[in-house]
Amino acid sequence: MKKFNKFVSVALASAMVLSMAGCGSDASQSGSSSDAFKIGGIGPTTGGAAAYGLAVQNAAQLAVDEINAAGGVNGYKFELNFQDDELDAEKSVNAYNTLKDWGAQIILGSVTSGCCIAVTDKTKEDNMFQLTPSGSAVACTQYDNNFRVCFSDPAQGAASAQYIGENGLASKVAIIYDSSDTYSTGIYESFVSGAASQSFEIVSEEAFTADSKTDFSVQLQKAQDAGADLIFLPIYYQEASLILTQANGMGYAPKFFGVDGMDGILTGVDNFDKSLAEGVMLLTPFAADATDDMTVKFVAAYQEKFGEIPNQFAADSYDAIYAIKAAIEKSGVKPSDSVSDICEGLKGAFVEISIDGLTGEGIVWDATGEPNKAPKAVIIENGAYKAM
Amino acid sequence: MQKAFMTKLKSNKTLKSNLITFGMVIIAYILMEILMAAGILSNLLKGLLVPLCVYAILAVSLNLTVGILGELSLGHAGFMCVGAFSSAFFSKCMQDVIPIAGVRFTLAIIIGALSAGLFGILIGIPVLRLKGDYLAIVTLAFGEIIKNLVNILYVGLDENGFHFSTKSSLDLNLSENGTVIIQGAQGITGTPHDSNFTIGIILLLLTLFIVLNLIHSRDGRAIMAIRDNTIAAESVGINITKYKLMAFSISAALAGLAGVLYAHNLSTLTALPKNFGYNMSIMILVFVVLGGIGNIRGSIISAVVLTLLPELLRGLNDYRMLIYAIVLIVMMLFNWAPACIQWREKIAYKLKKKKIVKINGKEA
Repeated sequence: MKKFNKFVSVALASAMVLSMAGCGSDASQSGSSSDAFKIGGIGPTTGGAAAYGLAVQNAAQLAVDEINAAGGVNGYKFELNFQDDELDAEKSVNAYNTLKDWGAQIILGSVTSGCCIAVTDKTKEDNMFQLTPSGSAVACTQYDNNFRVCFSDPAQGAASAQYIGENGLASKVAIIYDSSDTYSTGIYESFVSGAASQSFEIVSEEAFTADSKTDFSVQLQKAQDAGADLIFLPIYYQEASLILTQANGMGYAPKFFGVDGMDGILTGVDNFDKSLAEGVMLLTPFAADATDDMTVKFVAAYQEKFGEIPNQFAADSYDAIYAIKAAIEKSGVKPSDSVSDICEGLKGAFVEISIDGLTGEGIVWDATGEPNKAPKAVIIENGAYKAM
Repeated sequence: MQKAFMTKLKSNKTLKSNLITFGMVIIAYILMEILMAAGILSNLLKGLLVPLCVYAILAVSLNLTVGILGELSLGHAGFMCVGAFSSAFFSKCMQDVIPIAGVRFTLAIIIGALSAGLFGILIGIPVLRLKGDYLAIVTLAFGEIIKNLVNILYVGLDENGFHFSTKSSLDLNLSENGTVIIQGAQGITGTPHDSNFTIGIILLLLTLFIVLNLIHSRDGRAIMAIRDNTIAAESVGINITKYKLMAFSISAALAGLAGVLYAHNLSTLTALPKNFGYNMSIMILVFVVLGGIGNIRGSIISAVVLTLLPELLRGLNDYRMLIYAIVLIVMMLFNWAPACIQWREKIAYKLKKKKIVKINGKEA
């Protein structure tokens, strides 16, 4: 039996060595020989956050296919390889290394903030250009080779506070946020600091965690007792739908104000009574039922190909690919250039381009990697978004 | 001299087995270094070298609790979390004070291991006096508590010293040039990147040295006596609580060590269910069970194989996790199913018989 164990371990070890050697030779082959830009995507395509990763993957693929069908950029095609990171920073770095072996020249990702920060360190080391569609934490763009398409957390929180204050939506505001989530706490903090200079007062700040996100009666009761007439929800739509249902159950009807994570409340939740979402306001860069040509075309194409209505992650990703295209056209880099040269070229070009995308018109970037676009506030009326 | 060593090696089975274990790690290290120097090691594997060391250390340390002490611990990731956060906190604070990475990281390792060991003692004192599955229940709770505590903890530093809060970083009341070190759910960002493969291997060898020496020492025999029969051990005068506590706290400290290595390999450290939660603890337990309970060498091999597997299966895209799960089930059946064990023994017996026949044939 011992002998057999030994045999098995030897067999496994040799299999591993072989696969290693395989990987090694792959890496040396896929160098600069190809005439396509290799874009590596990173995001969670399995597990709890798979909806976000898949949306980014699908929309990026859609954009790449469109660009390739139209003849590519400067005559070169795009190639996309999307790797799973399971919402784990360590796996995200593994995914990045896999993409490096594949010969990636530009990184699209990571989709989530924590993973993205871990990857920025590695892209900085290799001087590879990195554009995250949806990593909203401040540190996601900590180096000069990192750019993002979405708003940063502070920008969203401060913009929400400003919007509520300037439009006089409420005098007493309650907040319910997820203290175990980077995105939620980031917006919460910037909202509170932004609220200091506004006319309204924050009367209740209640948190929940990923382990206790099914019952919100305590948080809602506290908000009601404090007399809040608006509840700010810097959280994702799944939890928001439960809060709406439970508030309705206890006969409490304040105004609800969400951020971009709330996008999806009309489409993403099964068995949710959509009439409860009537009057909910949210700050989002993208509304799937907007009527401009670009959105209509994108939503139709996405729905035809993947069978669902795209969310804001998909829109960010779609814009990201077109932003990369614009930057390549501007800088004139070629796929045969080294990774570092492409990065330098794109870095210079990104602060000069301006694109009209799904998530805003005339989006421009500054050298810190932040996009400059106007947040749009929408209100849900008759089961659809309506601009405010 | 050499001859004496050889005869000693032949007569001493333990020494031989230990040398194989150490040799395996050292050969793996040399092989990887050669491949790296030759430039044929893929980036993926280069990036995986440190995590492999982390998981091997975790598996070996948990094997001390599960295999040698015979108690079930379901919160090993919690100790790893303690080691990771305490050392990352230290490194972040001392980044400017101690610019020499080697000195800083050595101190960080000591701090991480000690704090995890301390938590091991704190939990062990009440729980290890009890008989039954209480350790499993308490460690399970401990892992979850630590994860949630870290998620609400805010610590900042300015010229007035440390500020603590459990609400938000705004409540820290930091002065203008203060910095937030632990930022609740956002964890610690910007930990210096001090881990590397060589340090990982040194720590793995250190872990092996501690665990293997403990097992084959007087204390280790006492610990195994407790595992095999508590009443008999007690009747010959073994202090049960003391030895249980010794094994458990050493196991916790070594998990802390793995945490230090983990924290200094990535620039972000967040306590997610994924990396420090219940699932991670179970994952480590899977390494131990598949490698063979009480088999230290097996723990290392299974930790390495099971960490590499999902990465090497990336080519299968969406079927990756499915295949991984099937492999786990197959391996479990192969190792533990009675029918499988019987079949393996039969084959082993046949092989042995052939060999004996061969030898006999030669002699005749």
